[in-house]
Amino acid sequence: MTTVLPEQGTDAEAQEFQRAFDTAVAADERIEPRDWMPDDYRATLVRQIAQHAHSEIIGMQPEANWITRAPSLRRKAILLAKVQDEAGHGLYLYSAAETLGVNREELLEKLHSGRQKYSSIFNYPTLTWADVGAIGWLVDGAAITNQVPLCRCSYGPYARAMVRVCKEESFHQRQGYELLLELSRGTEAQHAMAQDAVDRWWWPSLMMFGPPDDESAHSAQSMAWKIKRHSNDELRQRFVDICVPQAEALGLTLPDPDLRWDTESGHWEYGAIDWSEFKAVLRGHGPCNEQRLSQRRAAHESGAWVRAAASAYARKRQPTGARNATGPSPAAEQHVTAGSEGGRPDTDEGPRSREADPR
Amino acid sequence: MSSDWPLWEVFVRGRRGLSHTHAGSLHAPDAEMALRNARDLYTRRSEGVSIWVVPASVITASSPDEKDPFFEPASDKAYRHPTFYEVPEGVRNL
Repeated sequence: MTTVLPEQGTDAEAQEFQRAFDTAVAADERIEPRDWMPDDYRATLVRQIAQHAHSEIIGMQPEANWITRAPSLRRKAILLAKVQDEAGHGLYLYSAAETLGVNREELLEKLHSGRQKYSSIFNYPTLTWADVGAIGWLVDGAAITNQVPLCRCSYGPYARAMVRVCKEESFHQRQGYELLLELSRGTEAQHAMAQDAVDRWWWPSLMMFGPPDDESAHSAQSMAWKIKRHSNDELRQRFVDICVPQAEALGLTLPDPDLRWDTESGHWEYGAIDWSEFKAVLRGHGPCNEQRLSQRRAAHESGAWVRAAASAYARKRQPTGARNATGPSPAAEQHVTAGSEGGRPDTDEGPRSREADPR
Repeated sequence: MSSDWPLWEVFVRGRRGLSHTHAGSLHAPDAEMALRNARDLYTRRSEGVSIWVVPASVITASSPDEKDPFFEPASDKAYRHPTFYEVPEGVRNL
């Protein structure tokens, strides 16, 4: 959808737009694609939503690594469905980003050239089958803790995408938890494998909440705009408090000798995070940065001819005279009109049933 | 050169839904692919039984800056609402 910005004639007008925006945000109203919004608000959202979308797409790789090696047919089917969901999340999020006036192709270009990032967590390797469970429990768990408040984000399309995403993520988290539980209660070797996975994924999961509050560059502004509802440290604490009893129920330990219950604050105190590792991973020096990005680029480049073929076929099927390299067929518009005004019963096929196949 | 596919808006009618509801959007080269992708993307958990896909470029939306004047006639015609009319006490089934 194209985004229409009102003409910014005078300063007075600009101030009035700004006031209307501030009032809407203060009243917890949603900002919608065609509403006026500050340029920085738009840019922040584009950055955040795009990087969120990229994370979903890159995030398919570490788990997909185990699809062909899943230990049972049930687990394999579950994993396939989960990776498919992640692809869907990426698509919802790219759609949300596009309502801000960017297009998906240009965002993908930025991902491929390294100008936009994705979540640091996906630069860690999946070394054993148990890693699939640890990702579900911890990584999806951290994602949910982060994303549930985003369902109330001030930007409507992002908030609505998050509602769908959160529903599916919480179900991924259960799957991961169940997988780890089964391993934990299994043989000694299985239990050890589960523990090893948790040991490796715990700290990177805590890093998913971003830098500590006093070092987070965008936090204050994002919270003022109600894009973010809670600080990084607040969400991280919430996640730790949730995970500790869950780990106990699993019969696994969390790799933090400083973890202790603080009766005064009513929270679990946890040890120091190695932020130098986090920074290195963000700068591209994590264990898998190179591999993740080159796989994504290779898929894009070697798929170019397939995309070109699909476009060429679509053009060929358009009626003569209406051919347009990028635009969709104008015929589609007539179908919708016919469907909604034709007075015929609403069949399950909808308007498309009238589309004649030229073959 | 852009090889990107056009954007389609997706409307889904739920199993017991009375009308199609906007579910989201996606890119596809043509209507048929848009429909198939919409099925995979928006009805993966039996969310619906009917899908419409519409090229985003054919949708015309009302503009937010003329929101007030555009919708004004709705608010100053109170007689369009049933509560506008007084019914004498004791009159039933009206």
